[in-house]
Amino acid sequence: MAEFWTGFLFPLIIMVAQSLLLLVILLLAIAYILYADRKIWAAVQMRRGPNVVGPWGLLQSFADLLKFVLKEPVIPAGANKGVFLLAPLVACVLSLAAWAVIPVAENWVIADINVGILYIFAISSLGVYGIIMGGWASNSKYPFLSALRSAAQMVSYEVSIGFVIITVLLCVGSLNLSAIVDAQNGKYGLLNWYWLPLFPMFVIFFISALAETNRPPFDLVEAESELVAGFMVEYGSTPYMLFMLGEYVAIATMCAMGTILFLGGWLPPVPYPPFTWIPGVFWFTGKCLFLFFMFAMVKAIVPRYRYDQLMRLGWKVFLPISLAMVAIVAGVLQYGGLAPK
Amino acid sequence: MIPALFFYLFASLCVASALMVIAARNPVHSVLFLIMAFVNAAGLFLLLGAEFLAMILVVVYVGAVAVLFLFVVMMLDVDFVELREGFLQYLPVGALVGVAFLAEILLVVGAWSIGPGVPRLIAAPIPENLTNTQAIGLVLYTRYLYFFQAAGLVLLVAMIGAIVLTLRHKENVKRQDIGAQVARGPATSIEIRKVKSGQGL
Repeated sequence: MAEFWTGFLFPLIIMVAQSLLLLVILLLAIAYILYADRKIWAAVQMRRGPNVVGPWGLLQSFADLLKFVLKEPVIPAGANKGVFLLAPLVACVLSLAAWAVIPVAENWVIADINVGILYIFAISSLGVYGIIMGGWASNSKYPFLSALRSAAQMVSYEVSIGFVIITVLLCVGSLNLSAIVDAQNGKYGLLNWYWLPLFPMFVIFFISALAETNRPPFDLVEAESELVAGFMVEYGSTPYMLFMLGEYVAIATMCAMGTILFLGGWLPPVPYPPFTWIPGVFWFTGKCLFLFFMFAMVKAIVPRYRYDQLMRLGWKVFLPISLAMVAIVAGVLQYGGLAPK
Repeated sequence: MIPALFFYLFASLCVASALMVIAARNPVHSVLFLIMAFVNAAGLFLLLGAEFLAMILVVVYVGAVAVLFLFVVMMLDVDFVELREGFLQYLPVGALVGVAFLAEILLVVGAWSIGPGVPRLIAAPIPENLTNTQAIGLVLYTRYLYFFQAAGLVLLVAMIGAIVLTLRHKENVKRQDIGAQVARGPATSIEIRKVKSGQGL
């Protein structure tokens, strides 16, 4: 019995406690990046943005939360009720699940699995189900059209994200996320990180991440001028909030993934004191926020793509370039004697 | 005990959702149950320690193939109730075929004896201290390189075939030619003329 306690129950309790801590911090962070998103967007358009609830509008996200939760959830009569309610849960839970393997600092990770990057890739490729199920179960035209668009879009851009991941893996020689960060450690600090040698892939990753998370300029899934609000037309109150939450968590995941793959994760940009005195988690958060700022700026300044242009970009531009880069990087590593052992 | 518990959890869910795939009334529900079966099969792979295969199963089957299934089913709008109308009428014939097939399989499998040399032929046992991603790569890209590449070629040919069969260039459709747009400059698209005042062109 004692073995059952020490071998199974204690690790389980510790893991649950860690997960809860991460979840609470993550959700708080999401509340504020949502606020930041709106503020940045407003600043670019010379508006004030949310500024009423709390000082400088800092409590706006919590007011929104209360508003969503207290509203009555409306389920359309023609909807497929089970799938209709399952869809937002799927979207939200899947995007939160990805954070189980993300190392926010050295050894600060809930599950340090060998195939961490593949796990994130798999989970983010499942994200499309929330949208398809929601779009179909609403039993309405616009949501269904939006679900069609979203599936085509996410499947197309997953391909190029996959190739980007492969090039990074070729340089690292491991699928473990901590190993990927460690491989970028060196005495030149931020010049050792992969954004410099793999710069084209960093650009492709960034743009594909925008498309994968349905962010503007690729938000054709919820293009309000054409599809009202896309797959979320029939949703209101808490189910809608879960979709919204899932979307922003997926964006945060993509930022974390970009940080780990290209910006050296928790490593300081200059590997000498006083920079090394700052704990890794601050560097990680700072880099994630930098990437998120870029996401928000793109939303503010770039007009929406047309759907055929989006498909062309994915299949005719990114796919050949990233495929060629996989071959080039593999060749350079092999014949330049740089391949990881 | 714990892995056994998880095994029974995944296995029973997998079998149950596989049953529901054929039992569900709504074809879209069938596909959703199929996805659940895939995910549980990935869980079984994880229990075996084949984490790479588990993740690839999720990425390829759940992330891409099942999405296409779901779309085809959603778009076709098959009325399965109508398809089932003649069910009782065809049941005897169907049952007969099923029983014959089962008997054949039993005969074949029952007479199957595993040769004494086979266990030694099990290719390349996984070396210790290798992650299973590396182990799969070692086997796939050394021993079975030609088979692996040949399988890839077959898929490529199938893909090209599907594109050739379905690609039609319609006449009189305006298409965007990005190259022509980018190559267009002031020299090729604007003509500047001096116009005397009081006179048109």
